[in-house]
Amino acid sequence: MEILVTVKEVSTVEDEFGIENTTIVDQYLNADLNELDDYAVEEALQLQEAGIADEVVTVTIGPEDCEQTLRQTLAKGADRAVRVWDDALENIDLLDVGAKTAILRAIVEAEEPDLVLTGVQSGDDNWGSTGVSLAAELGLEWGAVVNHLKHDLEDGTASDRRELEGGVEELTEIELPAALTIQTGINEPRYASLRGIRQPQRKELDVHTLGDLGIDEGAVEGAVTVTDMYEPESETDATVWQVRPEETAPELGELLHEKEVAP
Amino acid sequence: MSDVLAVTDHRRGELRDVSYETITAGRQLADETDGDLHVAVISGPVDDFAQICNREGVDAVHTVKYGEEFNHDVYTQVITQLYDELAPQYVLTPNSVNGLDYAPAVANALNLPLVTDTVRLETNGDTLIATCEMYGGKVETTSELTGNAVVTIRGAEWPGADGIGDAEIKEFQAEIDEDAIRSSVTAFEEVGNGNVDITEADVLVSVGRGIEEEENLELIEDLADALDATVSSSRPIVDNGWLPKNRQVGQSGKVVTPDIYIAIGISGAVQHVAGMKGSEMIVAINTDPNAPIMDIADYAIHDDLFDVVPALTEEFQ
Repeated sequence: MEILVTVKEVSTVEDEFGIENTTIVDQYLNADLNELDDYAVEEALQLQEAGIADEVVTVTIGPEDCEQTLRQTLAKGADRAVRVWDDALENIDLLDVGAKTAILRAIVEAEEPDLVLTGVQSGDDNWGSTGVSLAAELGLEWGAVVNHLKHDLEDGTASDRRELEGGVEELTEIELPAALTIQTGINEPRYASLRGIRQPQRKELDVHTLGDLGIDEGAVEGAVTVTDMYEPESETDATVWQVRPEETAPELGELLHEKEVAP
Repeated sequence: MSDVLAVTDHRRGELRDVSYETITAGRQLADETDGDLHVAVISGPVDDFAQICNREGVDAVHTVKYGEEFNHDVYTQVITQLYDELAPQYVLTPNSVNGLDYAPAVANALNLPLVTDTVRLETNGDTLIATCEMYGGKVETTSELTGNAVVTIRGAEWPGADGIGDAEIKEFQAEIDEDAIRSSVTAFEEVGNGNVDITEADVLVSVGRGIEEEENLELIEDLADALDATVSSSRPIVDNGWLPKNRQVGQSGKVVTPDIYIAIGISGAVQHVAGMKGSEMIVAINTDPNAPIMDIADYAIHDDLFDVVPALTEEFQ
């Protein structure tokens, strides 16, 4: 059984940052593997270690810069990686769900995995839709916000738990092949071992253009256009203590005494 | 004229609040273009749900009797068929865990663009302007799209619809292809219960990612002891296995309303805030003065928790 994990390089933003047009200026961004995708990769590797998956392949859409992030997944233990990029994608501000689906569809069709895993959402644009959209596009079954997956996949069924709101979990049986979107906390993502870090240089990392995959450039243009980006105005009316901790402490102490909660 | 189809959310026999918020958002969009608001209630006790959803401004409620609980395959089929029947411009759904389980599939099946987790919406009948957050709330974006679309809305951004409407309630005869139902819900389970109930605490000392290491939790426990308070946390602490699930505050954890909530090293992601914004008094300790938690804090200490927390503990001991 092959497991395909779709991953994304996302950036975290420093506390102080600048915006230029509709993007955050590069220097304030720190690129890394999307945190939720890290859990998806780990889940795939654990399924492989349990003898259920034969091969774990990771795929991303991104320019050459993000190859380091993709190699992280190889260093952790993925067998192969695929990267899709094209000059036509260079000028697109935002790859919307439809565009990502069109691209990833071609990869899934080529790989024919039994299971596609991805993070619930990405830390940057937070759409939370790629996994389910991809499944629907390909006629796979799916499950969103999975926080537990039974490691046997017996009878072509995935037994999982979906994390609902308010401390309730839903137990669901999902027929394979399927795409699952993985929630944080499902496992403990590993760090790459030293051996793992040296190895990925030798592991296969294929790069495809849209043309290679037979995808029409028009299919990735997307219907959604970002027109503005700004820092939301702080709505804070908090009383701020900006003194040394030794001075802050008595002030908070007094407040809690007033509220009758401090001893 | 843009009609809107709003889809409700329910679980174990009860409509969820976000259903009424979706109705409000739907009415707003319909109003902006003199359109009609259709509401869909799918599975469960739909006749009762339809009565409850007949709120002010709802033009029609469409009920589909099929099964008791949410199933994404059923929802996807029904909404696709309702769309074909009613031809609304916008399909509006909650950005709930279930919303995320069918909205992308509906958009895909209908070949419509999708915008998720919106916090504000505006339409002129042709172009939709959606406001969303990025990078965990650090920035907001506005996006535009033309034509029809599937849109999910974030909870608690629109008020819940109230009043009694004059809606026509009718059963929609959906044709469910049972072969296409390839998932089934077998049970629900309450998780995160145990010997500590953080919802009962008067004072919560709550810890987040800023604590960095598991061994640093001792600082938080010492402060909680000194205050005779209970320790709670944001999601990453529980994900890391440093505290049990019953300590987690937020959308997927517990909703708490203590007299005092001391948020330590918690940035205030929307999912966390959903669980604690009802606290009577909120004190936030965070080095980042722009952290979203500051928006709801009554008192803020913009300082390193590793300096502040020991000083507080000493003060109260």
